Amino acid sequence: MSTLPQSSGDSGGPALSVDHLSKRFGDRVAFEDVSFEVGRGEVFGFLGPNGAGKTTTVRTLGTLIAPTSGTATVAGSRLTVENGVEIRRKIAIMPESPGLYLRLSVRENLECFADLYEASNPRERIDRALDAVNLVDRANDACGTLSKGLRQRVALARALLGDPEVLFLDEPTAGLDPVAARDVHELIDALRKRGVTIFLTTHRLEEAERLCDRVAILNRTLRTIGRPDELREQLFSKTLTVKTLVPLADPASVFAGLPGAGAWREDAIATYVLDVTDASAAAPAATRALVAAGADVLSISQSQHSLEDVYLQLIDEERGAPAA
Amino acid sequence: MTLSARRIRAITRKELREFRHNGSIVVTMAVLPMIFIIPPLIAILELSSSQAGGLLSGDPLAYLLGIPALVPATVAAYSVVGERAQGTLEPVLTTPIRREEFLLGKALAAVVPSLAVSYVVFGLFLACVALFAHPAVVSAVFQGRDLVAQVLFTPLIAGWAIWLGMAISTRVSEIRVAQQLGVVASIPSAVVTALIAYDVIQITPGLVTFFAVLLLMLDVVGYRFVSALFDRERLMTGTKS
Repeated sequence: MSTLPQSSGDSGGPALSVDHLSKRFGDRVAFEDVSFEVGRGEVFGFLGPNGAGKTTTVRTLGTLIAPTSGTATVAGSRLTVENGVEIRRKIAIMPESPGLYLRLSVRENLECFADLYEASNPRERIDRALDAVNLVDRANDACGTLSKGLRQRVALARALLGDPEVLFLDEPTAGLDPVAARDVHELIDALRKRGVTIFLTTHRLEEAERLCDRVAILNRTLRTIGRPDELREQLFSKTLTVKTLVPLADPASVFAGLPGAGAWREDAIATYVLDVTDASAAAPAATRALVAAGADVLSISQSQHSLEDVYLQLIDEERGAPAA
Repeated sequence: MTLSARRIRAITRKELREFRHNGSIVVTMAVLPMIFIIPPLIAILELSSSQAGGLLSGDPLAYLLGIPALVPATVAAYSVVGERAQGTLEPVLTTPIRREEFLLGKALAAVVPSLAVSYVVFGLFLACVALFAHPAVVSAVFQGRDLVAQVLFTPLIAGWAIWLGMAISTRVSEIRVAQQLGVVASIPSAVVTALIAYDVIQITPGLVTFFAVLLLMLDVVGYRFVSALFDRERLMTGTKS
């Protein structure tokens, strides 16, 4: 992945501003009362289970379908039917399915879309997009002969042709092998460096954790929004886990009054979990207290909750089941 | 609202490229008219010079106007539902293209091969008549007014068949159903041309003008009607916006 088209986005105002947006299909709620903002140049992750309304949100913001209520601004333009063409000039959407013309070559596919975006210097733009996704040597191959990963790359190249300010990627790595997925991740990183705003819907939580500045979790309504580390802190208390060779004779005297630490409990035999407010103060103090008590310490580790834990916690809360 | 010629051209060029890569579409478009001209050709070649007078009072070439009614039906009926089924409609609709540009691009792509096939088949028909029919029959067939009518009515009838096929294509969710309905919908136009050819409908200059104006109006109304039917939301989600 190398050269990329320069983003032409201006720096004023958020790239996306969504205010109490809802979409219903008859009685069925696709998503409801969704509000968030995405800054320019931000990689924003949009997570949620199947049927949560992620793709419908993308289609709504991409002017393919009209919201039932609420307002939004996309790339500086108000989301209205009248502004549809103007908005679509400034954004690109890569749907989950690449949707390529399989009988046409990669270049022929891109030529069609370069014209649809009315790209200036289309030949040069196509060459740069092909270069960006490492497909220069397959430019004349029919898309039907390409693997799924390569088709996904063509779809990404297609999305870059219009030099978008906001790029919506709907499950861009779905069904890709790890190497192909890594290539897509590298491209997203490169786009971020170019200042392109990326709205990424994904089921891959490690992908969102790795790539996204902030994430939102949607399950018809917006369940939470924030940086992955913020969400972890919001939902899970920080803990230190101490393991010793044999159970402590008097753990209360060891763990009481440690700086930056609160309550403690014995989680298993010779395993103690301490609630901490400041792990950097509590861990050294606990180590010193354990050594002073003559304990044989096997490990002291800080709890690490992943974005997956956050996601599961929120989704399980909604279902009324205990968190995993 | 300003339409972009470049975007219309992009769709047309893409379609024509797909036709080029898909031989079966071209074969289907060409074979049907070839079958269509065999009965009238045999009938004309069997005529003696004494029977040529009967041709002068009729309009044998009108029968061939059924070709532009039937040829584009399958392609036009595939135009929208085919893109939907392939999953290519959504990426196209996420570009700045207007529905009118998309539809005009599709219609142009359908009309170009339809006219080409219609005129080539018409030329072949005339060539066969000129080479193999009795001279009196040849002069009866080669009437200036019929030739002009053929040239003028072919695009008008093709246009109507295309908008009819595209209207079906925007509303139906299965390719096969769309194509079957497209062919069925083009039958009335073909029947009218056959009735004229067999002198059931007596053609007068006034009636020719009436048909020309009617078809022109139908073409304009068809374009507007299909544009109104083309609902991005329904096409994406199956639900009316």
